[in-house]
Amino acid sequence: MFRFIVRRLLQMVVAFFGTTLIVYALMFAGQGDPIQALAGERPVTAAQRAYLTEKYHLDATGVGGFFYRYFDYISNLLRGDLGESLTGRSIGEILAAAWPVTIKLALIAIAVAVVFGVTAGVLAGIRRASIFDNATLLLTLLVLGIPTIVLAPLAQYFLGVKWQLFPATSGADPDFYALLLPGIVLGSLSLATALRLTRTSVAENLRADYVRTARSKGLPRRRVVSVHVLRNSLIPVITFLGVELGNLMSGAIITEGVFNIPGVGFNLFRGIRTEDGPLVVGIVSVLVVVYLVSNLVVDVLYAVLDPRIRYE
Amino acid sequence: MSQHAVQPTPASPTPPGGHLLELRDLHIEFRTGEGVAEVINGVSYHLDPGETLAVLGESGSGKSVTAQAIMGILDSPPAHVTSGQIRYQGRDLLTLPEEQRRQVRGKEIAMIFQDALSALNPVFPVGWQIGETLRQRLGMSRSDARRRSVELMDLVQIPAAANRLGDYPHQFSGGMRQRVMIAMALAMEPKVLIADEPTTALDVTVQAQIMDLLADLQRNLDMAMILITHDLGVVADVADRIAVMYAGRIVEHADVRSLYRAPAHPYTKGLLESIPRLDQRSGKLTTIPGLPPNLMDIPGGCPFHPRCRYVQQVCLDVVPHDLVLGDGRTSACHFAQEVRDDRAR
Repeated sequence: MFRFIVRRLLQMVVAFFGTTLIVYALMFAGQGDPIQALAGERPVTAAQRAYLTEKYHLDATGVGGFFYRYFDYISNLLRGDLGESLTGRSIGEILAAAWPVTIKLALIAIAVAVVFGVTAGVLAGIRRASIFDNATLLLTLLVLGIPTIVLAPLAQYFLGVKWQLFPATSGADPDFYALLLPGIVLGSLSLATALRLTRTSVAENLRADYVRTARSKGLPRRRVVSVHVLRNSLIPVITFLGVELGNLMSGAIITEGVFNIPGVGFNLFRGIRTEDGPLVVGIVSVLVVVYLVSNLVVDVLYAVLDPRIRYE
Repeated sequence: MSQHAVQPTPASPTPPGGHLLELRDLHIEFRTGEGVAEVINGVSYHLDPGETLAVLGESGSGKSVTAQAIMGILDSPPAHVTSGQIRYQGRDLLTLPEEQRRQVRGKEIAMIFQDALSALNPVFPVGWQIGETLRQRLGMSRSDARRRSVELMDLVQIPAAANRLGDYPHQFSGGMRQRVMIAMALAMEPKVLIADEPTTALDVTVQAQIMDLLADLQRNLDMAMILITHDLGVVADVADRIAVMYAGRIVEHADVRSLYRAPAHPYTKGLLESIPRLDQRSGKLTTIPGLPPNLMDIPGGCPFHPRCRYVQQVCLDVVPHDLVLGDGRTSACHFAQEVRDDRAR
C-alpha cells in the first residue's frame, strides 16, 4: 500500500506538469499581443512595454521562449505564488474567496445525493420491481435526461422567482440558505447516479451466496440486510461519491453561473470569457491538484473498504 | 403428473418418538416469467439422530432446493412450497411463523454450502463471521465469542487458528475456507448438519480431508448429517443410507451397501456404471443417454422413461409408486425387482 501511494504521488507529479503545460500552451498560444491584452483598450507607452517585456520574458521567442515563460510560471507556482490576473488581482486571493463557497455548494450537493440517493437506492434494491422501484427509475431517468443548463434555470424560475421558496440568486457572500437550491440542483445529477448504482448493487448483493449463508446462521433479516448486504453494496457507491465530490470541488460552471454564485466555476468561466490567461491557468493548475488528490484518496479508500483489493 | 400420488415410504421403521427430521411428500415449484417449474415433486425422506443420509443426484434434480426448504432459506418468489411437511422433532417447520423458524436455523439445523469463497462474506474477517452467530444468537461478549471462535477453528483443524481470526476469506486456501464454513455451522452445536456438496469446489486430496473431517465431527458431536452430492465416490465411506433424486423425486432409497451391490432403479444403475473404473481401460466411459428433463415440462409417466433402457409401455403411462423391496429399500420403478436382479453391468 505504501509503495502504491508513493508511485501514485510520482505519477501525480507527471500528470501535474503535463496538464499545466497543455493548459498554459492552449491559453497563451493563440494570443496576439499579450501586453495589449493586459492593457485592454488603453494605449501602452514604450516604457511600460519595455518593463512588461522584461518582467514576463516576452523578448524570448519561439518554443524556447515559451518554455522559458512556462518554467517561470511553474517556479512561481511551486513557491505558492499563483500570479496576478489581468485585472491585477492576486489569483491566490480570488481562489481563497471562491473556494469556501464552492466547497459549501459541493458538500450540500453530496449530502443531497447521500441522503436521498443512497437511501432510496437501498429501498428500491430491496423492493425490486415494486412501485417504488419503478417510480425512482422513472424519476432518475428524467433527471439524468435533463441537462443542468435546462434544469438550473427551471428550478431558479419556479422555486426562486415564481413561488419564492428560495433566493433566486446568491450574493457576494452567500449563506447556507442561498446555496441550498443550487446545491440541490447540482446534487440531483449525483443523486440519480448514486440511486441507480446503490439499487443495482443492493439487488445484486441480495442474491449473493453469502446472504444465504447469513440467513442460514439464523440472523434476522434486518441484520442480514443492514450489515452483510449494505457493507458490500456501498463499496462502489462510496467510491463513486468520492470521485463525485472531487469533481464538485472543482466548481460547477453552469450552476454557479445561473445562480450567480461567486465560486471557483464562476471565476473560471469569467476568466475564459474575458480571455484572462493567467486566471484560467492558475485556477486549472489548482483544480488539477485537487482532482489528482481526490482520486488518490478514493483509490486508497477503496482498498480500505474492500479487503480483497491489494495494491502492489 | 399427479394421477398417482407418491406415498411417504417406510425405508426403516419409525422410532417411537418419531424421526428427528422427516420430509413428507414435499412439493415445491418455481414460478417464473416463463412458466412454472415443478422442482420438487413429492419428496419424502427422514433422518434419525447420529446417522448420515446421502442425497444423490445430478444438477437440477432438486437436492439443494430440498435442503434450502428444510433451512427455510428458499427465495420466495420464485420458490413456493405447495404442499407437504417438514417435521423436525415432531413440529412441522412449514407451519411455524418466521421468527420461530429462525430459531431453528443454525441452532437445530445448520448448513454448509458448496463454494466457501462465495458463501463467506468477502469483507468481514472469518473470526468476525464465526463469532457473529455467537454474539447475535447467544448474546456472547466480543471476547467470549473470539475465544469460542478459536476453539471452533481448532475443532475443524485450522492450524494456528488464533492468528487467523483477523484474516479474510480470500486469504485462505479452498480447503481451509471450507473448514471455516464448517466451524461457522458448528457454532450453535446443531443436531442436524446439512452439507450441500461440501467438496465440489475442492481438489481431490482436499476433498478426502474434508470428508474425513465431516465424518469425524459427525461421530464425535453425535450430529445427524444430510450429505448432498452428485459424486457417488464421496458417499460410499461416509453415508449410512442413500436417497437418489431425479427430476424432483426420490427414485431410490436404500442403505449404502445394498445400493452399491445391486441398484434397484435404472437411474442409479446408470450412475454407478458411469463411474470410471481403473480395471477397465478399454473403450469410452459409460454415460446415461439424454439429458435431465426440463422441469417446466416433465415427461408423463415415469420421468426417467426417455432415458431408460428398461422402458416399457407402462412407464410412459403410469407414474411408478415407490416399490418397497424385501430388504427395506424402495425404488420408484415399475421393474425395480428386475433391475435389482439384473446383474449384467
